[in-house]
Amino acid sequence: MSQPLLEIENVTKVYGGGFLQRGPVTVALQDLSLTIQQEPAKIITVAGESGSGKTTLANLVLGFIKPTAGHIRYRGQEVAAMTPQELKQYRREVQAVFQDPYEVYNPFYRVKHVFDMAIRNFHLARSRQEAREMVEEALNVVGMRGEEVLEKYPHQLSGGQRQRIMVARAYLLKPRLIVADEPVSMVDASLRAMILDIMLRLRDEHGISFLYITHDLSTAYQIGDEIYLLYQGTVAERGDTVEVIDHPKHPYVQLLIDSIPVPDPTIRWGGRATTVDDEEMRVNVHSGCRFYPRCDQRMERCLQSIPPLYPVGPKGHEAACFLYEEPSQATPTTRSEEAVPAAD
Amino acid sequence: MSVTLSHQIGERRPAGTENVVLEVHNLKVYYTTPTGDVRAVDDVSFEIREGEIVGLVGESGCGKTTTAMAILRLVQSPGRIVGGQILLDGQDLVRLNERELREIRWTRISLIPQGAMNSLNPVMRIKDQIGDAIETHEGRLPRKELQERILKLLAMVGLPSRVYHMYPHELSGGMKQRVCIAMAIVLNPTLVIADEPTSALDVVVQRVVGETLLEVKNRLGVSMILIGHDMGLMAQLVDRIAVMYAGRLVELSDVYSLFKEPLHPYTQLLIESIPSIKERKPLKLTEGLTHDLRNPPPGCIFQLRCPHVTDKCREVVPPLLEVQPHRRVACHLYYDV
Repeated sequence: MSQPLLEIENVTKVYGGGFLQRGPVTVALQDLSLTIQQEPAKIITVAGESGSGKTTLANLVLGFIKPTAGHIRYRGQEVAAMTPQELKQYRREVQAVFQDPYEVYNPFYRVKHVFDMAIRNFHLARSRQEAREMVEEALNVVGMRGEEVLEKYPHQLSGGQRQRIMVARAYLLKPRLIVADEPVSMVDASLRAMILDIMLRLRDEHGISFLYITHDLSTAYQIGDEIYLLYQGTVAERGDTVEVIDHPKHPYVQLLIDSIPVPDPTIRWGGRATTVDDEEMRVNVHSGCRFYPRCDQRMERCLQSIPPLYPVGPKGHEAACFLYEEPSQATPTTRSEEAVPAAD
Repeated sequence: MSVTLSHQIGERRPAGTENVVLEVHNLKVYYTTPTGDVRAVDDVSFEIREGEIVGLVGESGCGKTTTAMAILRLVQSPGRIVGGQILLDGQDLVRLNERELREIRWTRISLIPQGAMNSLNPVMRIKDQIGDAIETHEGRLPRKELQERILKLLAMVGLPSRVYHMYPHELSGGMKQRVCIAMAIVLNPTLVIADEPTSALDVVVQRVVGETLLEVKNRLGVSMILIGHDMGLMAQLVDRIAVMYAGRLVELSDVYSLFKEPLHPYTQLLIESIPSIKERKPLKLTEGLTHDLRNPPPGCIFQLRCPHVTDKCREVVPPLLEVQPHRRVACHLYYDV
């Protein structure tokens, strides 16, 4: 197998606690590993609640911040050690689409400015004509036409259109990977499908992989290939998206999936919801599983060490929970309808 | 300490049996712009019954929040109420002056604003903020009585009593949101308007806040208007749903029938486009063309996106009519049947 496209290996990111800073540190990511292969292109979802470290991960991959420990390699090369020249190439091949399609535009410039900047920065076109054709092609990929939007100002476009233009801008640079940080959470429900469909087409027709960062498991379920569910900076569960969401194993993921409101008034929320306020969660657990304070299946040993990922199902399905330490004994008991032995 | 809500979700009420507390008739709210009036709310009529939660849904810019603001008479310039009646227990709010409105706001209609958790005063303790709301309307009260009332309120929304002495920054988003719910019900209003009370919260917290709303409704018998766009959440929380599109109310129905068989083509689209975690289905694509709100076309406002559009839709505005028991829809497809 060839080199992975992106390899995140045991990355830890700690905020605060520097030489002159006092006070507690925040461990935003702890010992996280994630690999995206070159072939085939995939949509890898990173999901979790706010404070779980999703955006920190995106910022690390985009090179905005550096890891405290661990390695991020792009096609075998350490991102933190790249020369400016290599970094520029990296920035071209790894593109970003952000959450808020209203704030990423400069309101004083027409939409075409977004494309002109990208073309100029990366010297993509030799002539005006060539540039125009490239922009037109990129817009066609997202189902738009240049004459409709290029001369307009951002406020004349809807949120969905703006977000599609952002995807077109990313596509223009022919990236290998697009980091999409909550790309649909501010787009109206009826228009969301269009953005998701564009992501699928870019994956299938243009071989672009996505690191899809979201808190919305239902869209991940619709388009995602693999999923990583984060809880307070650690991977709680990972695997094939459909497999994980259909058969969640980690108690946190089970709670999360039970809490997604079902769009059917005859089906009520399952289980019981618990929340703990943030400061207590962080203070209580110095070592051990971070979900301990909220977990309804906690054990003595969960406080002693951080649970590693144990295999819990087919297609690389793994959960970081001591319940699955010994496959023969582990039988989750809470989910009455799905008491599947861990070794299936 | 973990906060657990042990709640008992009451049976949802059958439609059409209770006293009406709020009636909105032909409400029109326009925004003045240099190039003409934008019809943010156009001829909207509905009613809220005692002890029910009505969900007001639609995409951003469809007039949900403007409708709510009009009910509170909080529409700000360049917006203005152009016509219609808003009857609260028979009294027309549109005709009241500022002094009369002060007496009604918060005592009879309260608001949980959008992003409510950021509306708390960062330098006041929770007890002082809630106490303020009480004393502004009821005058000074004995400390002891005030404290008891505030602690009771906090318990009602599932917050521990130590929150009483805390500052907003010491609370998580979900806890702050529940403080805002407590503030909204502090004077025992007839109607609470909650504008996207759970957006920007994680699903688990969202659920706790939603369950708090249900608990409050069941215990106090208060009516609520719940504004939002998350259809899944609506299915869990509301008794009836009002669907708005481009300033118009296109469907009003009890929640069970609406999810089982949406009538208006826009409602159908809304329901089909809910991503599910139960089945992986092909994405439903639609072009999001909306006409210019300053210059609406003759006929139905949904004609540009409607798959069933006919000539009649381009000429005649479909009125909101009752086509099935307790179900109103504004669509020509259903009138002839």
